[in-house]
Amino acid sequence: MDATALLLSRFQFGFTISFHIIFPAFTIGLAAWLTILEAMHLRTGRPVYQALFEFWLKVFGVAFGMGVVSGLVMAFQFGTNWSVLSKMSGPIQGPLLSYETFTAFMLEASFFGVLVFGRKRVSPWFYLLSTAMVSLGTTLSAFWIMSNNSWMQVPVGYVIRNGYFVPNDWKEIIFNSVVWSRFPHMLLAAYLTGAFCVAATGAWYTLRGEYYAESRVMLRMGLFLAALLIPIQLAFGHLVGDYVHKYQPAKFAAIEGRWHDEQPASEVLIGLPDPATESNRYEVKVPILGSVIASMSLTSKELGLADFRPQDRPPVLIPFLMFRIMVGCGLIMLAVAWLGSYLSIKRRLRRSRLVLWAIFLSFPLPYIAIITGWYVAEIGRQPWVIYGLLRTADAMTPFLTAPAAMTSLLLFGAVYIFIFSFGAFYIYRLLRAGPTRLAVRPPHSASPNRPMSLAGSS
Amino acid sequence: MVLFWVTLLAVSILIYLLLDGFDLGVGMLFGFAGNQGDRDTMLSSVAPVWDGNETWLVVAGVILWGAFPLAYATLLSAFYLPVVIMLLGLILRGVAFEFRHRAAQRFRWIWDVSFVAGSLAASFMQGVTVGALVEGLKFTGGVYAGGPLGWLSPFSVLCGIGLCLGYALLGAAWLVQKCHSGVRDRARRQIPVLALAVLAFLIVVFAHALISNLPIMHRWLERPYLFVFPAIGAVAAAVLASSILHRNDRWPLFAVAIIFSAAFGTLALSFWPYMIPFAITVDEAAAPRACLAFMFWGEGLFIFPLMLVYVAIGYRVFRGKIESLPEHY
Ligand code: HDD
Ligand code: HEM
Ligand code: HEM
Repeated sequence: MDATALLLSRFQFGFTISFHIIFPAFTIGLAAWLTILEAMHLRTGRPVYQALFEFWLKVFGVAFGMGVVSGLVMAFQFGTNWSVLSKMSGPIQGPLLSYETFTAFMLEASFFGVLVFGRKRVSPWFYLLSTAMVSLGTTLSAFWIMSNNSWMQVPVGYVIRNGYFVPNDWKEIIFNSVVWSRFPHMLLAAYLTGAFCVAATGAWYTLRGEYYAESRVMLRMGLFLAALLIPIQLAFGHLVGDYVHKYQPAKFAAIEGRWHDEQPASEVLIGLPDPATESNRYEVKVPILGSVIASMSLTSKELGLADFRPQDRPPVLIPFLMFRIMVGCGLIMLAVAWLGSYLSIKRRLRRSRLVLWAIFLSFPLPYIAIITGWYVAEIGRQPWVIYGLLRTADAMTPFLTAPAAMTSLLLFGAVYIFIFSFGAFYIYRLLRAGPTRLAVRPPHSASPNRPMSLAGSS
Repeated sequence: MVLFWVTLLAVSILIYLLLDGFDLGVGMLFGFAGNQGDRDTMLSSVAPVWDGNETWLVVAGVILWGAFPLAYATLLSAFYLPVVIMLLGLILRGVAFEFRHRAAQRFRWIWDVSFVAGSLAASFMQGVTVGALVEGLKFTGGVYAGGPLGWLSPFSVLCGIGLCLGYALLGAAWLVQKCHSGVRDRARRQIPVLALAVLAFLIVVFAHALISNLPIMHRWLERPYLFVFPAIGAVAAAVLASSILHRNDRWPLFAVAIIFSAAFGTLALSFWPYMIPFAITVDEAAAPRACLAFMFWGEGLFIFPLMLVYVAIGYRVFRGKIESLPEHY
């Protein structure tokens, strides 16, 4: 067992999965939006839908490609770095991931080709079907992977035999009660990401005074969808918190920054947890609220971290801070989406440049919420990789050496930074160039103030 | 049940070899293309299908994980660096499809290079892995004990080169089938060269196996029926030669595919009953029954055929020769 190799492997896994999740977060929502646009275009025949479709399809193509290649890495990384885990839990995680591949990846990968290159080769209905299939694929994929991860968080339906986790109740494993709060939480997060990116693009064009028709559709659809989804998302966030409270008390205590048992418990709003003194510095707390949030009661007793042996405690600082960042992002998104929708209904949005700026600048929020949310979930469950059963430290490939792990980490780092920089730049350029002008004319001939964009965008 | 899953695993690996083989091959031949226009054509011939092709690697990987967890864990961890380099290669070539299209003219070369180098690295590492397996990895008490570079040997490097040549041959045959004029004619000229190189490689491998007395050779002597496969391969090679001489565009791809399948069949059957030669058998690696049955009743019986349907749809939509202008979006 090599401690450095362990640290490097954890770092590598965290780095590569954080990189991967950026793209699914975007493509799951975007695929659904493309399906809606294509269906609306088929129904209404309005060219604005087609222009938007063609435009977002280009962005989708770039993001999807990066999602696929970075996902490929994940599928093999379990075996390379975590071979003990993949051997022991292979009988459970393997079939789950294989169902994901069979039902979702092949579907999305095959129809992706038709979506991007097949417009002229198939009938409009088949094209719409292909778009819907890609969208279905991404959603199914999210379901299976959440089911997989939920089993690692709350293992059920297994027996341990000869060092393997042997499944004995698949229904319980797949439709684990935890999945029903976590899958919607993730899916809504992806839709919110799509909605915010679309709305932000609309706000950007409006601020530049371009693409009147398109930006109107983007702003309205994006904002209304976000305004509708965020409250639901916050409710699911609460349900996700419930499962943590019930099954992972140490993680819950870390999230809450609660060191000692309290009855009734107070809620720490902000503070800086300090493991050395087992207390929080600069703490601001609200009495009793902690019990209300955790147990819906005014008097319940809530556990503190000191109840757990030091070797069974998660790191506190990261889950504690990341959780607050995620919730903070959610609240800001709520404010932006509701304010924007309100102004849009009142037809005052175009003139409120400050709000447009806020919408434009809010596109990173869902990404930040997603990444910090995953950090809460994954770091908060340490030191376990399969909660309560297998420690992360025991899950690693026993003969992995530090130099090998360092080599791979550096290579991944270099390649990912390289492709991410270019990918982000190309997406930025596509967004800046805007939809093609060929198909659509703005309603007022006064607004085509950038004749250059025709040449730049095709 | 175990037999069903090894078979399905073998079939998926074969499908992967054939499908991603030709697009990795096109990637390597891309470096030899005459001009920008030819490059565009070559890229467009694989652009709509590469993603699906590559997904077969994931299919093979997850069948291995689900049905043979011990083999998945052992192989991937033993081949740590080759797997990482292969994945990086696949990343670099995968993003090139979109990025090349989005890059300014001046910077397009970056993605041309990454497409060629990525394809080359991925193919080479796959070949090295197979070579090291044939030669036999070092195990003590069922645990890999070869160290981080245990897979590296002259023989495995030779196999790496061999697989690159083989994929390039598949790629050339694909281009002959899918393209017109310039690209097709060049590919047609490349086929005899590549085919001879592959033949030479096979002879060297065989000689090496004889000289160093690789354990796998004994299986051949024990199981003479295995020679059926090389015989099929020889017939396919004859078909390939004649289709090239007669300037037929359709047949070379099928002939090369049959040669590949024959080679794969020989190898797969000479491993039997081992999954990782001479260390872990198929039965030892197999997952518990509950797990194999769960996979069988859903994905094995129903979804696997459905996946073949998706693939068929994909190839049908993009059938026929491609126009020289890319039809991107
Ligand atoms: C909630 C969503 C989500 C999460 C948490 C993950 N993925 Fe993912 N993955 C997707 C959602 C997704 C997707 C939406 O289906 C992708 C992303 C973009 C895309 O092209 O498909 C994808 C692509 C993708 C691919 C390529 C599929 C193909 O060849 O087409 C693989 C092999 C994986 N993923 C594997 C993983 C593994 C092993 C993960 C966990 C450790 C993981 N993903 C986390
Ligand atoms: C997509 C969003 C995800 C993110 C951002 C994420 C984040 C992380 C991070 C930061 C770590 C390192 C934690 C630490 O070592 O302290 C980690 C570890 C891990 N996660 Fe996730 N994770 C995600 C999804 C998943 C999924 C879907 C699975 C399983 C199917 C999974 C399985 C694991 C495993 C096996 C480890 C390795 C053990 C470890 O390093 O602790 N993760 N993840
Ligand atoms: C009041 C607001 C919210 C609450 C109370 C909340 C609660 C939680 C909790 C407790 C977790 C940890 C789950 C675990 O340990 O498994 C979590 C994870 C997560 N959150 Fe939130 N959340 C909120 C808002 C958001 C928002 C707005 C987003 C994104 C747009 C988001 C995205 C995520 C993601 C992606 C994860 C990781 C996946 C998972 O573990 O299910 N959350 N959330």
